[in-house]
Parts: sequence; structure tokens; C-alpha cells
Amino acid sequence: MASPGTDTLLALYERMVLIRRMEERLSEVAKSGELPGAVHLTIGQEAVATGLCAHLTDDDWIASNHRGHGHFLAKGGDPNAMIAEIFGRETGICRGRGGSMHVADFGRGILGANGIVGGGIGLACGAALGAKLDGRGRVSAVFFGDGASNQGIVAEAMNLATRWSLPLVMVCENNGYGEFSPSATVTSGEIWRRAQPYGMAAEQVDGNDVVAVWEACERAVGRARAGQGPTMLEARTYRWHGHVESEKSFLAAPYRSDDEVEQWKRRDPIRLLADRLAAAGAAATLPAIDARVDAVVERAYAQALADPLPSAGSAFEGMFAHG
Amino acid sequence: MAKKRLIQAVNEALHEEMARDPRVILFGEDVKVGLFGDTKGLADAFGGDRVMNTPICETLMTGMAVGAAAAGWRPVCHLMFANFIYTGFDAIANQAAKLRYMFGGQTKLPLVYMATMGAGRSSAAQHSDVPYPAVMNLGGVKVVVPSTPADAKGLLKAAIRDDDPVMFLVPSRRGGESGDVPDGDHVVPLGRGDVKREGGDATVVAIGSMVKPALRAAELAAKDGISIEVVDPRTLFPLDTGTILASVRKTGRLVVVDEARMTCSAASEIAATVAEQAFGALKAPVARVAVRDVAIPFAPVLENAVLPDETSVLDAVRKVMGARA
Repeated sequence: MASPGTDTLLALYERMVLIRRMEERLSEVAKSGELPGAVHLTIGQEAVATGLCAHLTDDDWIASNHRGHGHFLAKGGDPNAMIAEIFGRETGICRGRGGSMHVADFGRGILGANGIVGGGIGLACGAALGAKLDGRGRVSAVFFGDGASNQGIVAEAMNLATRWSLPLVMVCENNGYGEFSPSATVTSGEIWRRAQPYGMAAEQVDGNDVVAVWEACERAVGRARAGQGPTMLEARTYRWHGHVESEKSFLAAPYRSDDEVEQWKRRDPIRLLADRLAAAGAAATLPAIDARVDAVVERAYAQALADPLPSAGSAFEGMFAHG
Repeated sequence: MAKKRLIQAVNEALHEEMARDPRVILFGEDVKVGLFGDTKGLADAFGGDRVMNTPICETLMTGMAVGAAAAGWRPVCHLMFANFIYTGFDAIANQAAKLRYMFGGQTKLPLVYMATMGAGRSSAAQHSDVPYPAVMNLGGVKVVVPSTPADAKGLLKAAIRDDDPVMFLVPSRRGGESGDVPDGDHVVPLGRGDVKREGGDATVVAIGSMVKPALRAAELAAKDGISIEVVDPRTLFPLDTGTILASVRKTGRLVVVDEARMTCSAASEIAATVAEQAFGALKAPVARVAVRDVAIPFAPVLENAVLPDETSVLDAVRKVMGARA
């Protein structure tokens, strides 16, 4: 089984830092009250999106969820168009019609962040069916959370995708909480093991170790491309921020301890990768990458704020393909 | 031109469109068996890659149709009985109806949801609904309800060729109505109503299975010297308000007949539209004939009691005529 080489690790590092910096900035902006709507940040979970999408091309599909900025960026979505969308601009990737929870780029195989918990699973299954019928070795993947794992559609998808041998990768990002409910209080058993009785390939992986994610996804994507059917991956990870950025304003009491958050921060996926790169003698390369990412982030936010708002009259356009 | 049952016309449309476009695929529960006959012979003709029996999983199926459409296919998702639309309603309402707009027009979603619908078979409350009012309110799914075999064939062909999600609901109990179906590539454009009978005294707008009793009521009314115009909207969303308004402006009276429950029915929408846009032409208050707000019962005597028929249509016609200004 192949392990990623230093060049691959550097590319993973750059993508993870991009996701982190884009969202750190977003968190600051959210506090300032300049953002319309809510944002759900993925800080702390960057390794999962990055480790999977490294194996995909624009011809492959992903479906995402409400915590979707990282998936969008990992799959190659345009940072400028994403931030413009989050600011509700005409230049946004969805022309300001979708916002943070619905960033999508069909040209890059991004079927969109989705506000319905589990909603991406049906879309990804349908794209996987299309990929199978195309016969070109394309793959469809879906990111969903431990919360979504309790939706009935997950069982329906495991059954159908296995029976039809669809080229599907189902990635459960288990960050320990469905909104404000600890996973352990609402979830029976281990999520990845649910795939086993269906005869579906399944693995659990350390979602903060991008190398482990990358390796597991290489196996899963390889199976899908080879026509060997779907895989369930459960990546254990943690979101450093809240379910939603504004949550402290309405939560009566904390639902997790500072200690717990600090413990997970000590297993920062970016720090773990940086350490690995340092051990490989590549530490000196990282500051230049960080600077490059900072410039991308700076440009995206400056551009978004300067970009035009949609015209109010255009709200009535575009429900249908022809008028 | 040949006489056919409505269900045969639907079957012909599927055969012709699958032959015409290799991107058209069909999936649903037991579509290879074809409980109603509408999917008969398709698996043999087009193979298991394009005609797929799914597990019983409407929640997933309705979402898969959206994903397959986004991936470049033209899926027809067969939901069997229209009540099962409710089971799969999440993806219909939250994905199919929303994605194109919500994603700023990035994608077309050429997909068809189809199901057989309606009461009159002693199928009771969970197999007899006509759920089009709920779908009409979504805004992003076109809603098609044919009443004749010719319209069923032509509208389904148009629906499959359309680049947006279409809900195609067929009143096909016991194979549906019989009627002449034109030979060749018979396509009926979406969004256009049809005057099924011309008349001058009152307009009866009738939907799906209600067209036949409306036409019978028109025959009976003619014996009393009342001339009824029967309009079949055929597409409920987007609604051809022009054809309906033109008829009402001509006759000055409106009865709307709908197999849906009264509250928020298609009849309510049509009545409101006419009240708003042709109030000055009305010589009498608009009358709605629909199922009262009950579930469809099992026993034939009860079922017949709740469904509109030619008698209830005729009563409504007499009412709007009697209220002559």
C-alpha cells in the first residue's frame, strides 16, 4: 500500500492550511456581525476532506453537508467565489442564492454543501449510479456527520450501493457531536461497523491524521474506480469551534468542556502533518506555503467585500432552466 | 391514430423516449414487473443497466434521481403509488425543487418523478391520494396531470425532454381512460391547458380523473339548455392561466373540479386566480367541487360518497347558473 511522498504531503498541507486560514478569518468576520446568515466551521476537521479529495479529479463527484467549506476547497473550489457567496455577492459561486450552507461547483464535481442532514447521500448515490453507467471509472463520494449517520437514508444507501456495486465512498466525519448532542447520547454502536452486515467494505480511521485518511481513501477510491463497490469510512475527528459560530449567544450552558477542546487541539491535524514534514526535512518549505495561503485568503476577502450585490429583481429568475 | 388505454400510452411514451435518448434511465420498485403495465417490456427492450428495480427506499430514490440528473442522465424515478411520494418527499422538496435556484443556475436537473394516483379502487387512505397540491407549492417542480391517453403520451414525452424536474401523476386506475392516440412523435408541450369541450354559459375546469365526469355533466347540462365549456389544465404548475381566464371571460361562470382535498387544492389556486384576475367577468361566485377534508375511505359506498362525480359537478353548475346576476 502506497504512502504519500513528501510532495503529496506538502500539497495536503497547503490545502489544509488554506481551509484553516479561510475559516479563521470567517470566524472573525462572523463576530463582527458583517455576515448574513449562519456559518458552520470545520476548523479541526481539515484532514478528512483533504485526504479524500486528494484522490479525486474534477470528473469525480462529491456531495457535502452544512459544514461544507472544507469539502469545497479540498475539491478545488475557488476561494474567491466561495467567500463572495458567503457574503451574498453576485460574484459568489451560487450568485448569492445559496450562501455558506450551499457552496457548490458543478464544473468541479461539487454537488454542493447541503442544509438537509443526510441530504447529500441521495445525491451522491445518484451521481455514483451515473458514474457506473458511464463506465469511465468515475467516483462519487459523500461527507456526512455522526449526526447524519442516524438518518434512515444511510441504511438505504448502504443497502442499495452495495447491492448495485456503486462507485461510492461514504465518509462519516465523526466529530463527536450532532449539533449540541454528544454522539454517545444519541448513537448506538460504532458507525463504521454498521456497513459490515451489508457486505460493504468499511474502515475506521484517525481523522486527524491526514496520512491515515489519505491511505484509507486511496483504498476506498481504488475499489470504487475498479468497480469493486462502495466503502464506508468513519473518520474520528473534532470541530474546534461550535456547531454554529453564533452558538454562545443562545446556549444557556456549555455542552462540552474546555479540557476536551484543549485535548483535541493538542492533536491539531495541521500540526501533526507539519511535524511529519519536519521529520522528513521539509520544515523550511512551510513558511512559504503559509505566506502563499495568507495571500490567497487576503485576496478572497478583499475581493468579496468589493464585489457587487445581486440586483433585487434577479430574485425572481432562475427557478427553471428556460425562463 | 389508434384507440388505447391511458396506461398503454404512458408505456409507449417511455419506450419511444428511451429509444430516442440513451441518457434516459428508469428506476423504481418493481419497474421490471410493472404493477400497472406502464413499464411493461422496457427491461427487455433496453436492458438492466437502463431499467432498474430498486429496493423499497423512496427516501433514497428521490435523491438519487437528482444526483443522476446532475451527473448528466435523464432519470425517470417511478414511485408506484402517489402516496409514496410523501415517503420520498424530502429530496423532492429540498433537493429537486431547490438545487438549480439555490446553486445560482449552475445545473439543469432533467428528471421525472412518476406515479399512479387517485381513488376509486377501494385502496383506502394510503393508496388513493392525489398529492399534486403539495408539489405545486414547491415552486421548482413542474406538475403534470393528464386526463386522456393522447395527452398522457404527449405530456410524458415532453416531461422527459424537459430540463427541469417534473412530477408526472397519472390517473390510471384500472388502466385509465381509453381514447385515440396519434401515431408518430406526439409531443404535448408542458404548461398549456386544453379546451376539451366548447361552451358558452359556464366554464368547468377539471383536473385528471375529474375531466370525464365533467364532460358527462356537460352532456347532461346540455339537455337543460346549459352550454358548458370544459377546460383541462393538463399542467398544474406552471398553470396555463391564460386559457382558464379566457374561458371564464367568455362564459362568466366557473366551477373547478378537483380530486384533491378542498383545503389548498389545485381548485383553490385556480379559483383564487380567477377571482383576482377576472372578477369583473364573473356573473356568479366561483364554485369548487373537491373532496371534503377527509381521508379516502375503503368501502365502496363510503369512497363514492367522498369523491366528486357528474352529479356533484352538475349541482355546482346549476348553482352558478342559478346565481345569475
